[in-house]
Amino acid sequence: MELEAAKMIGAGLASIALAGAGVGIGIIFGNYLSGAMRNPSAAQKQFPNLLLGFALAEATGLFGLVIALIILFAF
Amino acid sequence: MATNPMQQFSVHRIGPEIQIAGVDISFTNASLFMVISSLAICFILFFGSREKSLIPSKIQLITEMFYNFIAKMISDTAGSKAKPYFPFIFSLFMFVLFCNMIGMLPYSFTVTSHIIVTLILSLFIFIAITIIGFIKHGFGYLKLFVPSGVPALLLPLITIIEIISYLSRPVSLSVRLFANMMAGHTMLKVFGGFVISLGMLGGWLPLSFSVALTGLEILVAFLQAYVFAILTCIYLNDALNLHH
Repeated sequence: MELEAAKMIGAGLASIALAGAGVGIGIIFGNYLSGAMRNPSAAQKQFPNLLLGFALAEATGLFGLVIALIILFAF
Repeated sequence: MATNPMQQFSVHRIGPEIQIAGVDISFTNASLFMVISSLAICFILFFGSREKSLIPSKIQLITEMFYNFIAKMISDTAGSKAKPYFPFIFSLFMFVLFCNMIGMLPYSFTVTSHIIVTLILSLFIFIAITIIGFIKHGFGYLKLFVPSGVPALLLPLITIIEIISYLSRPVSLSVRLFANMMAGHTMLKVFGGFVISLGMLGGWLPLSFSVALTGLEILVAFLQAYVFAILTCIYLNDALNLHH
């Protein structure tokens, strides 16, 4: 196979990482919402933790992007 | 015309070329924006703390807000022993936040979208925290890698995993910030390109998307600075209060 084509396929495969990030962000917001529905008075206090979890989960998807960029531009 | 979405990350020299012992240390646009954000921080903090009135002016309010925010974050995550490290974490948070936010201005340069900048920051944190841990606990700091209450059979495996996760801290800390900044700015420019290529008729949809994404990116810019600072606090907590 041509090296260029293999690079493109590899970069595309690396973006599968976003699936995991999507699942993670969905779980975080879904669980926050269900927790907030059960106990609305405690919801406001946990909001920073929600954002922290969102940022951490989003970052794992972006690691995949970094892999894709390394495949495309570094080799 | 910059048609490539990666064009915005190019570093170019401003002014004369300076070389010391074969190393190029000339003044670039990256260093220019670092200077701009540092000056902006100094400006806000200087004018915010100049007149200490009981009813605060707007700029004093902002300064107090930043101070209280970081002080609360440190005492919540790392306890009272981390109080001496407040200036370090405060300046770290402010620098990352201002670099991210100034990068959101059109035609500006995002310093934190370069991995070398974030890697140096996080390597500095990593080495400093390791040294602090060894100073505070001596060789007892190595107990961090041997959690208590683990079956003896699993202990070698767990220790290896703990050591790897400890060593990967600077990498994950720097790559998280760098990847968020770079992905966000690339996405903004790609959507900006759609606006041009779809023209007057179809360009409105990506334009409205672009506006929404700018809002998201401002949130992410703040959030990543917060995450960077809070993870530093958590690592500092590991070094100061050895639990295992």
